[in-house]
Amino acid sequence: MATTEVLRVPAVVAGAAPLLKVRGLEAWYGESHVLHGIDFDVAPGEVVTLLGRNGAGKTTTLKSIMGVIGKRTGSAIFEGKETIALPSRAIARLGIGYVPEERGIYSSLSVEENLMLPPRIRDGGLGVEQIFQLFPNLKERLRSQGTKLSGGEQQMLAIGRILRTGAHFLLLDEPTEGLAPVIIDQIGATIRKLKQEGYTIILVEQNFRFAATVADRHYVVEQGKVIDMIPNAELDRNIDKLHSYLGV
Amino acid sequence: MFELIGVPPQALFGQVLLGLINGSFYAILSLGLAVIFGLLNVINFAHGAQYMMGAFVAWMGLNYLGLNYWAALLLAPLVVGAVGIAMERLLLKRIVHVDHLYGLLLTFGLALIIQGLFRNQYGSSGLPYQIPPELRGGQNLGFMFLPYYRGWVVVASLVVCVATWFMIEKTKLGAYLRAATENPTLTQAFGINVPLLVTLTYGFGVALAAFAGVLAAPIYSVNPNMGADLIIVVFAVVVIGGMGSIMGAIVTGFSLGLVEGLTKVFYPEASATVIFIIMVLVLLVKPAGLFGRPA
Repeated sequence: MATTEVLRVPAVVAGAAPLLKVRGLEAWYGESHVLHGIDFDVAPGEVVTLLGRNGAGKTTTLKSIMGVIGKRTGSAIFEGKETIALPSRAIARLGIGYVPEERGIYSSLSVEENLMLPPRIRDGGLGVEQIFQLFPNLKERLRSQGTKLSGGEQQMLAIGRILRTGAHFLLLDEPTEGLAPVIIDQIGATIRKLKQEGYTIILVEQNFRFAATVADRHYVVEQGKVIDMIPNAELDRNIDKLHSYLGV
Repeated sequence: MFELIGVPPQALFGQVLLGLINGSFYAILSLGLAVIFGLLNVINFAHGAQYMMGAFVAWMGLNYLGLNYWAALLLAPLVVGAVGIAMERLLLKRIVHVDHLYGLLLTFGLALIIQGLFRNQYGSSGLPYQIPPELRGGQNLGFMFLPYYRGWVVVASLVVCVATWFMIEKTKLGAYLRAATENPTLTQAFGINVPLLVTLTYGFGVALAAFAGVLAAPIYSVNPNMGADLIIVVFAVVVIGGMGSIMGAIVTGFSLGLVEGLTKVFYPEASATVIFIIMVLVLLVKPAGLFGRPA
């Protein structure tokens, strides 16, 4: 399998100081060593995906950036501030919003309570009405129990509640997993809109066809390391390589 | 005098009132246990000792500092709650990631130590605590005599229980608590200070126990064993209501107090065991408790 020695950074990003700079990130679940030195950068306003096979370490990378994993070492510098030793609540308050793979909707809270739960961490978050414009379904289901929503509505709720907080750097873990195509289109449109509004996003995806519709660059993760970076503009030229990485 | 179901009304309603009094203590204590178990996953066996400490703080406040009952009702929960916070920060915090059993053993050991210290200092014969002058006497309702203090205990317990339920179910702070109970890792990742919530919740649960202790002081003698006698029944109440269920703790607490009181009227031999019989039946039919959610 091809492994690049030095990751290529596209011209559009090359000049920008990275918003997030990850170096030598390692992580463990108990005794199990899962990440073996992840390196990558994300520039302001970019949408970057982490692609890879199941168990490659994509979700663990997001969890490690967010600080919701037992043990991690290395470096994750966000807006010039080292976050590796910070608790997740402090990382969130730097302006990082996290949408976990399982969506994290609380069954003991109503839709409204789920939506209003995360505290505002800085100015610039969307108002509730703006969130309803993005996701009209939520407005009709405010009194429902959070987990009574459909999978797509739960995903909308999970993204919507993060947008309320003012976080401008989003970690989205497989937002399209298990959703109907029409909902995937809606999630894709939302991500493109957020990008237009200046949000920076890391997206973990198995579905690279979906990722290609929203991302600027793709990092390929394998066995706990980033082994390649493919700009979205060069995806077609590298499609065979990507297929081999993903085992498609 | 007329009879109801073959029982003089004075006896029947007297036992109903007694049942409500016991139910008040069951409800407040099981509510504190439910709040603590919900967020900390700790089966707080020290709860009975903390209830006893509330009564003793009231007694000490009166005898050493001249603080009256009403001041004790405010101060004892604060003082004992602060002790609880220290216990959480220094001890319970260290075992949060291990099995529930360790929390139970630790708090059981703490209960024994606390009771031993008080027994050593004050003996075990019990210390008197007077009913506050404003609540002495009572009212003859015709069908029963209602002592004012006992009426106050039922009303104060109901108010505290309903206020706690409202705080947990209907406020933003309550939403934080419920979220942290369900998924503390994610809740923390939203920027919410879950460790602080845990500490304050434990302190609040302990303060509820101390509040019940102050309410109990004029009814029962202030005794180092007063909590130990009660805590086993309260655990049965929590199991019947559903571990961690707020509404379950309140409704079951008052209901079982009533059931116990009525059993004393109709079949006194079973009054000491009726709650445990109900617990066995509930565990067989609905293991998560009447208001609990299956794991």
